[in-house]
Amino acid sequence: MKNYILKYREKFLFSALLLVCSTPSNAQTDIDAIMMEKNAFCVGPMYSYSSWKNYWEGTLKRENLNIGKVSTQMFGLMGNYGITRKLNALFSVPYVKTKASAGTLHGLDGIQDLSLFLKWRPVQKKVGDGKLSLFAIGGVSFPLSDYVADFLPLSIGLRSKAASARLMADYQKGDLFATLSGTYVFRDKIKIDRTSYYTTEMHYTNEVEMPDGMNWNFRAGFRNHRWIAEAVANQWNTLGGFDITRNNMPFPSNKMNATTVGVNIKYVIPSLPELSIVGGGNTTVAGRNMGQSTTVYGSFFYVLDFSPKAKTAAKTN
Amino acid sequence: MKKIFFSPITFLAAVALLLTGCSKEVENRTDDIPALNPANIDINAGTWKPVLLTAPTEFPVAAPIATTVPDYIAQINEIKTWQAELTGEEKRIVKYWSAGAVLRWNEILRELVAKHNLPPYQNADGTYPFPNANNPLAYPQFPFANPPYAARAYAYVSAAQYDALVAAWHYKKLYNRPAPYKVDNTLQVLIPQSDLPSYPSEDAVVAGAAAELMKLLFPGDQDFIQQKVEEHKRSRLIAGANVRSDLEAGELLGKQVAQKFVTRARGDRAGAAAGNQTVWTQLETDCITRGEMPWISLESPKRPPMLPLFGKVKTFLFDSLTAVSLRPGPPPSTSSEQMKRELEEVYSYTKNPKRENIEKVHFWADGIATSTPPGHWNEIAAADFIQKNFSEVRWARNLALLNMAEMDAAIVTWDTKFYYFNPRPSQLDPSIKTLTGMPNFPSYISGHSTFSGAAAAILGYIIPERKPAYEAMAMEAALSRLYGGIHYRADCEVGLTVGKNVGNYAVQRAMTDGG
Repeated sequence: MKNYILKYREKFLFSALLLVCSTPSNAQTDIDAIMMEKNAFCVGPMYSYSSWKNYWEGTLKRENLNIGKVSTQMFGLMGNYGITRKLNALFSVPYVKTKASAGTLHGLDGIQDLSLFLKWRPVQKKVGDGKLSLFAIGGVSFPLSDYVADFLPLSIGLRSKAASARLMADYQKGDLFATLSGTYVFRDKIKIDRTSYYTTEMHYTNEVEMPDGMNWNFRAGFRNHRWIAEAVANQWNTLGGFDITRNNMPFPSNKMNATTVGVNIKYVIPSLPELSIVGGGNTTVAGRNMGQSTTVYGSFFYVLDFSPKAKTAAKTN
Repeated sequence: MKKIFFSPITFLAAVALLLTGCSKEVENRTDDIPALNPANIDINAGTWKPVLLTAPTEFPVAAPIATTVPDYIAQINEIKTWQAELTGEEKRIVKYWSAGAVLRWNEILRELVAKHNLPPYQNADGTYPFPNANNPLAYPQFPFANPPYAARAYAYVSAAQYDALVAAWHYKKLYNRPAPYKVDNTLQVLIPQSDLPSYPSEDAVVAGAAAELMKLLFPGDQDFIQQKVEEHKRSRLIAGANVRSDLEAGELLGKQVAQKFVTRARGDRAGAAAGNQTVWTQLETDCITRGEMPWISLESPKRPPMLPLFGKVKTFLFDSLTAVSLRPGPPPSTSSEQMKRELEEVYSYTKNPKRENIEKVHFWADGIATSTPPGHWNEIAAADFIQKNFSEVRWARNLALLNMAEMDAAIVTWDTKFYYFNPRPSQLDPSIKTLTGMPNFPSYISGHSTFSGAAAAILGYIIPERKPAYEAMAMEAALSRLYGGIHYRADCEVGLTVGKNVGNYAVQRAMTDGG
């Protein structure tokens, strides 16, 4: 159960993940304060492994011997392009594969959702001894394949088209920084393969109303041109939804809440500053109708410079 | 630069546009259907053959008071008081209930089945608790509305409603009391007008019969059910369709007829269907004695099989000897070459499942927390009956035929399953992973297949132009169990045939019941 909100999970993951991308200035994810320079394109593959054995059935924490450990692997491609140094465009595409270690249920796999973000930094100014940056980030995501949403906890995602609006503030003083963001996620209804379903009442339709979500993210640590090392706390809540009833299966429109804490590290290779390596992990410390998952991931990113200056330089070379 | 500066705003505008394009609203398919306006009021349905009643007059209905006496005028005035200032909620309930009494109570029953279709969680020592009808709200709540339980519930409620309506139609024709709006043409009428006499009220008959049986079947949900009864009756007053005495006589008749079904249900052996350790062990040793590998539960901890003695429950459409005669021959031996081939076929469908097959598996899965396969066939039938504008009594007859066939199909299936006690594919080959939940009872024959075969047979008789469509649906439902990895082909194919044979008893009845 609760492979949950994979989609959003992934999104956070990226953030976590994508922490990254070194570059002339450093780079990117939709939820960190790093921006790509104009015409720079940071792109890279990533891998993550997430698993849980215990989950919350409503507020009751339990295990399920007929599922055992549920694991999710993700292979993704992410990128960030600097339209200007104040405006970046980001994308991510994951392939997801799930598995249950016990019982008879079949794991699923497939291409999940395409996420696109525009990240805008309208304000950057000196405040005290440090620098304050304010961001507005808008995103959309939608399924790239006809994958199954209604087979939790082994679905690869929830299929809901979503749009997100995020406000973010970042303060850096010397090599230390802190970033706080709040995100509202609007979620469209989804269609499932059956013609009726029971939540807290019967629904005679194949459409499912999905509750919107709210995410809070706080990250702080060390950040310079070579290293980023940060601790991250994240709170995801659906605004609505219902609890899994006793010994029932989870459902896409469940109330799904999770509090996760984690760390991320990024390192820029000194001899090849276009390349950076990223890794990290997080674990779920509290939740509702979701698995108590622990996630580790790794990635590397390469920065390509498409600026006229770079092209000229290339020609000259 | 300027273009770039505006792009965030353009983007936000696009997001806003997308959001307005995304509607969150989700509606039920039957929210907006029109009020029932039967093409034929079936005025002679009082002569149709009941299921349990010895005659439509078994429970006498007193003659109504004349429409000219002060008491009747007072009842008309009660309607006028309701109609004086209608709230939105009052208009809503009129719209909801006027779509059809049998339809709405069938939907409510499917809802209660889905709510209660949850297997109990194990005890700390690895045994399993059983729901207790005398303490329905304690965990595990009573009932566990699994497919056999549900099939039986649909059958009793539908058959009781049918018998009660046959009796009601008898008295409607006998007393011929006109609807209140025909007596007083100043009344507002919020439903289609009808020449059907209004005493006793068919709506109250249906509600009374349903509520009385649901007390037995869903004893923990009495408040919910009673609230629906009151709302239903009120909707008829508000609509100007019935006066209070129509409703009171109807509800009483419905309850009286239902009591006869309650008495049958208490003695139909379903209460003992769970068996006990001795029974469960005996089934296993009998199978070993026959030289076959016995079924074992694939749940952890191992759960006792679901209702192993349900095959002994009293059938509606034929006697117990016939029920046994409908049991098919044995499945392929667990050690045979054919079983090996069938197992390989199951593996081939589940190894890299196609999306289109997963869709079929999930469309027909009707697993936990759903209204079960018989409920799904009720949903299919209801959608088509709505198109047909059947009268309430014909709605009830057709659902009774369907649901008696489904219950008897459950009985024959469960008899067969526990007679042969055949293992599931994943028991013989644990590398077979399933695309839906593994049912906790033996494999041969597939319940989905018998339910679907029986439903297609009787529905194809009721609506002949849909017969090929029903048969195609039944075939897809049956094979979906193979695609899902929980049944062998033989389970599905033999199940379809057995289901059809059961369904034909309903067809035989339908040919001779006068309807």
